[in-house]
Formats: sequence, C-alpha cells, structure tokens
Amino acid sequence: MLSNLWLLFAIPAASATILLLSGKRALKWGPWLGVIAPAISFVLGLIMFFQLRDLNPRVTEQNLWSFIPVGDLQVSFGLMFDPLTAVFVLLITGVGSLIHLYAVGYMAHDERRVTFFGYFNLFITAMLLLVLGNNYVMLYLGWEGVGLASYLLISFWYTRPSAATAGKKAFIMNRVGDAGFILAIFLMFAYLNTVNYGQVFERVGSLSANTMLILGLLLLLGACGKSGQFPLQAWLPDAMEGPTPVSALIHAATMVTAGVYVIARSNPVFSANTTLQLIVVSVGTITLLLGCIIGCAKDDIKRVLAWSTVSQIGYMFLGVGLGGGAYALAIIHLLAHGFFKANMFLGAGSVMHGMKDQVDIRRFGALSKYMKITWLTFMMGWLAIIGIPPLSGYFTKEPIIAAAFERGDWTSWLFGWAALLGALLTAFYMTRLFVLTFHGPKRWTEGQHPHESPPVMWIPLVFLAIGSVVAGYLMHTSVVDWLNPVFAGVENVPEYEPVMPHWLISVLGVAFAVLGAGLAWAIFGRGTALEPEPAGVVVTAARNNLYTDAFNEVVFEKPGRWLTRALVYVDNKGVDGVVNGLAALVGGGSGRMRRLQTGFVRSYALSMLLGGVLVLGALLAVRLG
Amino acid sequence: MDKLKLPDMDYVALLPMLALFVAACLGVIIEALVPRRFRNIIQLVLSIVALAVAMFFVVKQSGEVVASKALTAGGAIMIDHAALFLQGALIVLGFVALLLFGERSLEFGGPFVAQAAVTVGSERDREQTGRELGSTETFPLALFSLSGMLLFVSANDLLTMFVALEVFSLPLYLLCALARRKRLLSQESALKYFLLGAYASAFFLFGVAMVYGFAKAVDFKAIHAEALLGEGNSLLLIIGLALLAIGLLFKVAAAPFHVWTPDVYQGAPTPVTAFMASCTKVAAFGGLLRVLYVGFDGLGWQFTPVLGAIAALTVLVGSILAVTQTDLKRLLAYSSVANAGYILIGVIAGQQLGLTSVLFYLVAYGFTVIAAFALISLVRDADGEATHLSRWAGLGARSPLYAGIFTFILLAFAGIPLTSGFIAKLSVFGAAIDGGQTWLVIIGVITSIILAFPYLRVVVMMWLSEPGESTPSVSIPGGLTSTALGIGTLATLVFGVVPGPLLDLAEKASSFVR
Repeated sequence: MLSNLWLLFAIPAASATILLLSGKRALKWGPWLGVIAPAISFVLGLIMFFQLRDLNPRVTEQNLWSFIPVGDLQVSFGLMFDPLTAVFVLLITGVGSLIHLYAVGYMAHDERRVTFFGYFNLFITAMLLLVLGNNYVMLYLGWEGVGLASYLLISFWYTRPSAATAGKKAFIMNRVGDAGFILAIFLMFAYLNTVNYGQVFERVGSLSANTMLILGLLLLLGACGKSGQFPLQAWLPDAMEGPTPVSALIHAATMVTAGVYVIARSNPVFSANTTLQLIVVSVGTITLLLGCIIGCAKDDIKRVLAWSTVSQIGYMFLGVGLGGGAYALAIIHLLAHGFFKANMFLGAGSVMHGMKDQVDIRRFGALSKYMKITWLTFMMGWLAIIGIPPLSGYFTKEPIIAAAFERGDWTSWLFGWAALLGALLTAFYMTRLFVLTFHGPKRWTEGQHPHESPPVMWIPLVFLAIGSVVAGYLMHTSVVDWLNPVFAGVENVPEYEPVMPHWLISVLGVAFAVLGAGLAWAIFGRGTALEPEPAGVVVTAARNNLYTDAFNEVVFEKPGRWLTRALVYVDNKGVDGVVNGLAALVGGGSGRMRRLQTGFVRSYALSMLLGGVLVLGALLAVRLG
Repeated sequence: MDKLKLPDMDYVALLPMLALFVAACLGVIIEALVPRRFRNIIQLVLSIVALAVAMFFVVKQSGEVVASKALTAGGAIMIDHAALFLQGALIVLGFVALLLFGERSLEFGGPFVAQAAVTVGSERDREQTGRELGSTETFPLALFSLSGMLLFVSANDLLTMFVALEVFSLPLYLLCALARRKRLLSQESALKYFLLGAYASAFFLFGVAMVYGFAKAVDFKAIHAEALLGEGNSLLLIIGLALLAIGLLFKVAAAPFHVWTPDVYQGAPTPVTAFMASCTKVAAFGGLLRVLYVGFDGLGWQFTPVLGAIAALTVLVGSILAVTQTDLKRLLAYSSVANAGYILIGVIAGQQLGLTSVLFYLVAYGFTVIAAFALISLVRDADGEATHLSRWAGLGARSPLYAGIFTFILLAFAGIPLTSGFIAKLSVFGAAIDGGQTWLVIIGVITSIILAFPYLRVVVMMWLSEPGESTPSVSIPGGLTSTALGIGTLATLVFGVVPGPLLDLAEKASSFVR
C-alpha cells in the first residue's frame, strides 16, 4: 500500500472533480460522496500508518514523474511518507471526515451544497499534497491549493458583502506570506541547487549565517501568513464569515497549522541559527498573548474561537521555535488542538443551528438545558483547551510552557511567564465564552426555540469530544517517540535545566487555569449586559483588535497605495509614452513602406533587380574584403 | 563510339514522385472522358489515393535509407533522410490543402471558375459564375506541382533542380488565375506571379551557368569538392551562388524578393493560397537547404552575413507592413513573409540544430497556415469571401466557435505557448543563439512583438466589437473544409503541447547525404 501514496489525494481529487462538474444533478448523493472520499483516504492512511511502523528506517519516498525539468532545475512530482507526514495525514483525513459528516447536516438546506462539498474535497486534496510532497515545490503546490480552497470557502456565501470582503482579505494577506515562501524556494535553488527536502537539509550547513537567516525569515513569513501569526494575523478572524464546518476544518484544525508544519519540516534550517529561533519564539509569544487579550473582549462566538486559534498556534510556534525536544511537543499540541478546536467550532455551529444563526454570546445563556449533547461535548473542548488534567490540553500545552522555561538564559523567565500568563488568559476568556453560552440567565432575542441538532451533526461532536478528552494522554509519550526520527538531527542541542522545578511549573499551570476559569465564572456566572458597555482603555483596545488593523493600514496599506499611484503615474507618462512612441514609429513606417507596394509589376521587378545587385555586391564584398 | 550506358534507376525510391505524376496524367484523361458533374469527386478520390500511395512509399523508404545507395537516377536524385522528411511533409500538407480544393458546399460549383478563358464581366461570365460547376483541372495541376516539389527537394544537381522548379511553378501560375469570384484580381495575380517567377527563374539559370563555369559540373558533390579545393575563378562561384540564391529566395518570399507575395496571396483562390503558403514554402526551403548545406558548404559559410541581412530585412518588412494591412489575406501574406524570415534565421544557424528547427518550423507553420486560410474561406457574403478586416468585427458574437479557432490560430502565429508556433520559434531562435547569431534572434523577437499587434487587432475586432449590419455570416463548412480546418488546428495544438515526437523525427531527418 505504501507504494501507492498517490491514492491518498487522488481519491478526494476525483470526488471533487465529480462534484464540481455535476452541480445540481448531485443534490441527493453529492454530499455523501463528499464524505466518503476523505473517509476512504483515512482508512488508506491508517493502513499506511501501520505499514510505516514496520519499516526501518521509517520513511518512504517515490517520484511519480518529472514535474519541472528545466536546465539545472529538476523538480519531480515526488511524495514522501514519514512519521510527521503520517500523523498529519491521519489528522487531516480523520478530523476532516468527521467535519464532512457534520457538514452534511449543517449544509442540508443550502442550494449550493454540492459545490460546497466539491470545494471541501478540493481542500482535502491540496492539504494532503502539502504534507505528502518530498520537496518545497510540492509543498508550495499544496500551499497554494489550500489557499485557493480557503478563499473559495470563506466567500462561499459570496452574496454577503462581508463574506466576499473576508475572502479577499484572506487571499491578499496570504499572498504576502506566499511571496516570502516562494522567494525562499528561489533562494534554495540559487544557493543549494535543489528544492528536495533531503538534499536541502544536507547542504544547508554550507550556507553562510546571513543567508541561512534570510532563508529562515522568508520561510517564517510564509508560515506566518498561512497560520495567522503576528503580523499577518488579521485575516483569520474575518475568515469566520465562511460556513462553520469551514472554520472548523480549515481555519482551526488543519490549514492554519500548515505554518507549524513548514517550520517543523524545515527543522534543520531553523535549528541551525539561534537568532532565527529567537525570532520564531518571539513571534509565537507575541501572537499567543495578542490572541488571548483580544479573545477576552470579543462577543461573536466564532471570533472568540478564531482568536483562540491564533493564540494556540502561537503556542505551537513557541514550541517549534524552542527547537530540540519541543518540536515534537508543538506537533502533539497541534494534533490535540485539531480535536478540541474542531469540537468547539462544530459545537458553536450546533448552537447557531439551534439559535437561528445568532452568534452574539451576549444573546445566549442557559443553553445547557436545551442542547445537552452540544453542552457536554463543548465542555470537554473547553476543559481541554484551558489545560485541566487529565484532558488533552494539559498533556500538550503544559510541556511547551515547561520547555519555554528551559532556554538556559534570562529569556527563559520572559517566555516562560508569558506562556503562563497566556494560560491564565485562555482560561478566562474560554470560561467566559462557555458560561455566557450555556449557563446563567436566558438573554435570547425574541422567537428563539433552541433545540438539539440532528444526529448527523452530534455524532461527529461526540467523537471529537472523546478525542479532546483522551488524545493528549495517548499522545504525550507515544507520538513524541514516533516523531523522533524526523527531529533526530536536532537531538544534540544542549539541554538546559528549567529555571524552576518541573513540578512547580505544572502546579502553576493548573493553578492559573483554575484561577482564570474561576474569575470568569465569578464575573459572568450571572450573565452580562445585552450590549457592549463603555469600558477602559485596555478593553476598548482589545475590542479593536489592539489596533493591529489600524497599524496595518497606516504602515502597509497607505504607503502601498502611494507607491501604486506613483507607479501608475510613471507608467502612464514614462513607459506608455515610450511604448506609444514606438508604436507610432512602426505604424508610420508601415504606412510609408506600403507606398512601395505599388501594384505595378515593373516596379516589383526593379526592386528585385536592385535587391539582386545588392546581394551580389555584398557577397563579393565579403569575399574580397 | 562508347556504348550508351543506361543510368541506374531505383524505381522504388522514385515511386512517390511517379505515383503523383501518373495520377496527374490520369486526371487529365478523366477531364476528357468523364461527365462534368462526376469529375470533382473522382479527381478528389484519385488525388487522395495517389497521395496515400506516395506517402506509403515515403514511409517505407525512410526505414531503408543507406547513404551509399541514396543517389539514383544517374546521380540526379538524392533520396536521403532530409529529402524523405520534406517529401512526407509535402504530401501531408498537400493532402490537407487538396481537401479545400474539393469543397463544393460553401458555394455552388466550388471555389474555381468554370471556364477561365471567358472574358470577365461579359454576359457569358455572369452566367457561369452562378450556374456552372467549377473546373476540376485544378487537381491534376496541383498534383503536377506537388510532384515537381517532391523532385525539387530531392534534386542532386542544379539542372534537375531547375527543371523541378519549373515543373512545380508553372501549374501554380495557372491555379492562381482560376478564382470564381473577383476574377480580374485573380488573373492579375497570376500574370504578376508568372512574370516575376520567370524573371527569378532566369536569375537561377544564370546562376547555374556561372557555377558550371567554375566547377565544370552541376552536381552538388562536385561543386562542393571544387569549392573546397579553391582553385579556379572563385568569382564565378560567388556570382553563381548569389544568382541561385535570388531564384530561391524569390520562391520563399524573402525581402526584397517578396513583392509578389501580397498581390498573389490576395488574388489567388483561397485553397490555392493555402497550398502555396504551406507547400511552396516547404519545397523552396528544402531546395535552399540542399544548395547551401550540400553544394556550397565548402565556402565555409561566407555567405552568412549576407543571408543574415536578408533574414533581418525579411522579418522587419513582413512585420512592419503587416501592421497597416486591412485585408486578411494580405495580412497573412505579410505574416508569411515574416515567417520566411524566421525560417531563414534557422537556416543561417547552421549545424544539425538549425536544420532540425527549420524542418520542424516548416511542418508546424504549414498546418497552421492551411487552417487559417480554410477559416478565411468560411467567412463570406453574397460576393464571396469577405476578407476586409472591418467585416470581421463582432464575429465572436456571431459564431464563437470559428472566432475561437481563428483566435487560436492567430495566437499560434504570434508564438504564444501551447501552440506549435511557440515551439517552432523557440527552436529556431535557440538554434540561432547556438550558432552565434544572437543579433538575429534579437531582431526576431522584436519583430515578433510587432507582429503580435496586427494579429491581436484581429482578435480584438472579432471579440470586442459589436456585430454590425455588414458582419457576414460564417458558412457551415462541408466535411472537407471541416476536416482540413480540424487537422490544421489539431496539429497546431498537438505540436505545441507534445512537440517531442515531431522534433525527434526532424532531428533524425536532419542529415543530408553528399
């Protein structure tokens, strides 16, 4: 089975093609085809996973065909299956299948649901390509593919101006990151003469420190764009305009973690330069705090979850930036996050389903009595994300915090305490979300009759809830060992003792989580005002996304526009002038030369004679001269 | 007295030519014996059968080329790989063009006049324009011409070459005069072509005489040997080469010997134009290649700068004059002049690479240009074809399919990727850079950009203008024109997407035997 890796993405690709081509004709069976395709891929992925376990070494590569053979640049359509790819394949197809199943119920009344499932399968295809490639160009192929699917799905309800705008925003901000990524690929080819993972990592040691730094920064820019990290985080919360299954699958569980994948995959590049690592760690820390703070002030249930995603990916960046053993920790947090965040997003979708698409948590309350299954499953996700033992978040987030305390110099204190503060804030805002939605007094708008969602929607919720509970414990040693070969090259980094004892960090982590949750319960247990009230400087700033949008506008957008205008001016006056002048010259010349074409055969003969004389003369001149 | 020795004849090798020649003679007899209304179909079938037989033997022969036995007919004909490739290309392109000859569904009686001798504008003329079936002598004429072309590309001495030149030219002069509509224009073009063609033939013949004066022989091997030796009056050789070149450059329509092209392309019946633009170009370049690569190779390519200047002039004249053309057939004529220039660049590139690129270009361009003229024959109004550019405005709205195909063909002429035009230009320019002729490539690229303008103007007119009162309708093509159009368009696409097989074939064929 391992020799047929292409089947993994070929099946959803075929399904996507069928769905997109059949349109309305597939209204009945289309959604189910859309569910079955990733499910088959999941089964195949499982079989391959077990076959990979018996391999030694645990990696298989195959080049399907020569993809871009141009001179020195030889890129093959090559696939690779190793432990890191394997866990991603299982996450994408496993959680993906559950979310597809959920979407059958969620999208049941949408006229364009076949198209929706076509795009959804297209996303699965691209995401699988992204993780299955054995070189950076294949990675980029999948990278752009998921970007496209993300754009199509965010603006799926394109008749809403907000959805159309959000789609464009996501696409454009991703382009900024993509430009960095593709420059990184060019740089690899220019300096290393290859884009193949194995060869790049072999030769990366030959680069000068500065080149390596630039290469890493460009890759980081790409990763930040796709993963919604500072300073390119603004598109992710807006992306919630898409249907909720999209938010769960693409903008929580899988696509947005592609940045983490890139950095983990490129670990020999990032581990080789401490400045680079420091930058990654800083980006992660800034983002995780930013996400937490803004998450505390938002009232839209999906946006709170979106900012929480930003923040959790910040933790993952922190992990991959720390390097060494923390690479694997970041990956298991990514997997665990895939479960609990998808769980909560789908729970939010279930709530919206029962509440006529209301998204304002100030207008919920007391839903635990009406939506028992949603309430219980959401509770599992909530306990998991804030890190209450023995749920999964405790086993995956706490080690990252501990690792942050192990950097070996004063920065340990900085990043360690920042991560702990993040845990406190996470507990606070997630509890606020949970309490305001499911407990306290009813604050519904009129005419609401909340009800539990149909089984096709709650069955995936139950599976994901079970995953949220047990995944962390199951993975915290086994998957770390499993991933060992991928990060084996970075084993020999010096190990530092944590600046605080390990047990103390664990206790602090849990204590902060309980403290944050308790605070939130105390404040919001009895409900809240129906409209946002005037608040202090900090809350206002958080409500305005800490002014990061305004910052982007002033620093990037305005100068960009000025530059565009200047270029248009130069183009109109300078370039066009030259071009038009040349065109006039050619046209005028043509008009004059046309007069030579008189139509008289005698003048034609004369011109031939003159030409003959010239040819003869020239040949003789060449010969004699 | 010595016994007369019969020259050895390898009849199998000559069969392609013989097949066409015999079929042409049979065609003449058919004209005499068969009633008018059956002639078209019988002639068409006969021609296709003859072409199929010829092609069969070309393919068969191509597997059995032995350098020592390639020379036949008493040293007059050389059947080597290059000759067979060119003959095969001529037969295939000739087949596609002949399909257009046989089309009768676009217009009553087909594209040719019933009796060319009737005075234009007379009562009798008006009668025959609308009511009488077209003449079918066109088929034997085209076959005679084609057999001459096959001989031309395989001729091994200058005299055979001259005979072949006349054999393939004379029927063309006649064919040009046979248009059913716009007969004055057609007759004028035939007369011009004839006069200037005779003039160019005279140059060629003088060249033969001069070369004979130098080498005391007319076959290429001897000329080559003498030129290498370098004894004798080399002035004669140079003058001879110049005069020969003028004769050949006239046929390929290189500037300044291109002057006949626009008038003739415009006046000739469109099927004949398609035939000339594809087959004559292949034959003329085939002959030019053999003269330069086999006969005058010994001169050490001293003629390169002069030929280079001619190539540069040709692409410039073709592209710049195409900009202001208002008639589609004239526009394509100038485009054909420019394309002759590009092929000439490949010829100058020299080496096997240059030869390969030229062979590829000839085939690729031949298919595309036939498709282009097939399409032009479809757009018509009450007076026949509507070739004025303004009449094509808004065609995209009227018949998107044909406007789309024509757009694709124009993009191929402009050398846009995924069309054969791109691969052809790329290989020619690549060979030229390899051969140290970078300056020609620069001029080639600049003129390609200039040429893109007239092409794209047609595209813009077809798609972005509203169809007006005067926009003619596109006739539904009959099976023959559809087949020709389909083959031409498909070949343009296929050679653009998977050029490998044809390039390999051209590479294998790119060797002359001396």
